[in-house]
Amino acid sequence: MAKLAMVEAITQAMAYELEHDPAVVVLGEDVGINGGVFRATNGLQQRFGKERVMDTPLAEALIAGMSIGMAAMGMKPVAEIQFSGFIYPTVDQMINHAGRLRTRTRGRLHVPMVLRAPSGGGIHAPEHHSESNEALFAHMPGIRVVMPSSPTRAYGLLLAAIRDPDPVVFLEPTRLYRINKQEVEDNGQALPLDTCFVLREGGDVTLVSWGAMIHETLQAAAKLADEGVGCEVIDLATVSPIDFETILESVEKTGRLVIVHEAPRNCGVGAEVAATVAEKAIYSLQAPVERVTGYDVPMPLFKLEHDYMPSVERVVKGIRRVLEN
Amino acid sequence: MKTVAAFEIKFRQYLDPQGKLTQKPLPRFAQDPGELVKMYRMMSLVRVFDTKAIALQRTGQLGTYASSLGHEATHVGIGAAMKPEDAFFPMYREYGAQFWRGVQPHEVLLFWGGDERGNVFSGPKHDFSWCVPIATQYHHAAGAALAFKLRREKRAAVAVIGDGGTSQGDFYESLNAAGAYQLPAVFVVTNNKWAISVPLAAQTACETLAQKAVAGGFEGVQVDGNDIIAVRDTMEYALDKARSGKGPTLIEALTYRISDHTTADDATRYRGKDEVEDAKRKEPLIRIRKYLMDIDAWDQKKEEQLVAECAAQIDAEVKLYKDTGKPPVTSMFDHMFANLPESLVEQRAAAIAEEEQHG
Repeated sequence: MAKLAMVEAITQAMAYELEHDPAVVVLGEDVGINGGVFRATNGLQQRFGKERVMDTPLAEALIAGMSIGMAAMGMKPVAEIQFSGFIYPTVDQMINHAGRLRTRTRGRLHVPMVLRAPSGGGIHAPEHHSESNEALFAHMPGIRVVMPSSPTRAYGLLLAAIRDPDPVVFLEPTRLYRINKQEVEDNGQALPLDTCFVLREGGDVTLVSWGAMIHETLQAAAKLADEGVGCEVIDLATVSPIDFETILESVEKTGRLVIVHEAPRNCGVGAEVAATVAEKAIYSLQAPVERVTGYDVPMPLFKLEHDYMPSVERVVKGIRRVLEN
Repeated sequence: MKTVAAFEIKFRQYLDPQGKLTQKPLPRFAQDPGELVKMYRMMSLVRVFDTKAIALQRTGQLGTYASSLGHEATHVGIGAAMKPEDAFFPMYREYGAQFWRGVQPHEVLLFWGGDERGNVFSGPKHDFSWCVPIATQYHHAAGAALAFKLRREKRAAVAVIGDGGTSQGDFYESLNAAGAYQLPAVFVVTNNKWAISVPLAAQTACETLAQKAVAGGFEGVQVDGNDIIAVRDTMEYALDKARSGKGPTLIEALTYRISDHTTADDATRYRGKDEVEDAKRKEPLIRIRKYLMDIDAWDQKKEEQLVAECAAQIDAEVKLYKDTGKPPVTSMFDHMFANLPESLVEQRAAAIAEEEQHG
């Protein structure tokens, strides 16, 4: 077993599928000889050739739209969008076609594609490189949105996304690409989609988060554990559709809920979690739901990005607020 | 200074508006009167279908409908040139091409009648259904063509947009990619002079739309889109080229939208009667019928018989359409994903309960 950074685990998942499924192709800007700007496709073209790992013209709507055409003809494209702020030209293709081709044709055509993109801030990148846009895609019917938060989950979830017969937007927190290494067994074992992961069990408060913020959330939980507070940490992983069963079960146990996400608060995925908990488990709640999120501002340039992003301290404060009630 | 790049655009026509040949020899298929009659019959069927569909909309029996009046040669020419294994990416009025490929008229009526089951059609199962967001389907055709190329399949992807579609970024992006990858694709622009109320001159300063192919680094051809022989011939040329690995072609088919944009449009608000009357004199059925009569392949009696046959066939199709009930409410959910997520299982149950309670 090798110790891999998350970005390497992502490469390994793509390599596994390229090796085992001839329908899989990887495409995007600079994914070929360059191995992608974050090196997520490092070495893949050298290993699998230019027809399996293809550089595309610099056009994001094309990358998404062409992937839809390929997918409908029986291929399994894994497309990379280079930076998070460059994903918006794909929105038309994703909402109007990827998410509804199966419905529109009553199952005659379907779109087994993955749209991979880096996501979130914290790496001192230029403007338009640090956005968190999962809520945008979560609002699109017919599309799954998945965000990994560790090398092992990145490997297993990306395998699942590639094998899924429907479109998956796979958003990879850039801050986690090389933050740590984990033992990742290259055994082709996928992790389930549409399923939350309980990363830490606890009886006093439920913390729901996803993507890079899992790290702040886990640190906050560890800090409060020292004070005897039991935090249950749930990684959403599949941001849409959400596995509410796991969340509701936890909230019914703890009676308290804090949601942590990096994306802006307004109409964020946290709002959906909070609303559903209010609908289905309000009598279990002993305190108002707390959201610790990014602010409703354009993602600032990097001198202020850490002021924008929820810190461990902000998460701890949020937890304390619900515990006081 | 020296010239580093130059281009020219060829215009192809065999039949003038009076049905007289403008060049010889005719392409091989057109030397067979039986084949020409077959295409003429399909053009006539589409015309009857179109008239009927508009009547259904006007009497509240169909939703908004996009007429194909005047486009019959372009559409049937596309369909007749394609092979079943090629993939078709239409916009939303290419009935002639779809019918040729096996789609049934009642299936088209189902779509415009608000029922997705119209897209589960009898045509090739890999063909895309109608594409309403303008020019987005050019990307799908590029992707399909890339799949065919990678798998070494002798198949081509054919996409159709209108003249307005050439103003979209998607149009240029896909042409660019098709050139860069040398894709087996045929991109058709049905230039019917009007994008709803906006005339071609407001879309572009170019003399032709075929020359947009120059930006993609491949051949663009202009064709008389009201001349079924020229359209099919040009399509066959482009498809052969695509299937034999010689890259994409852009075909601009010159025609005219004699009808309103859709039944929700009123074209008298933005264009004069004279140009419409002029277009009616140049429309595609007149010229092929005249030519077939000139070569004794058609006569008045056959014409009367055809009109009666088409009417009977379309009436039967309309009956099939009308006899199709509302789709089950569950069908909204059942085709979203291969495996319906838990959150949707609940919404699906709620929709069933609503329907049972309120109908």
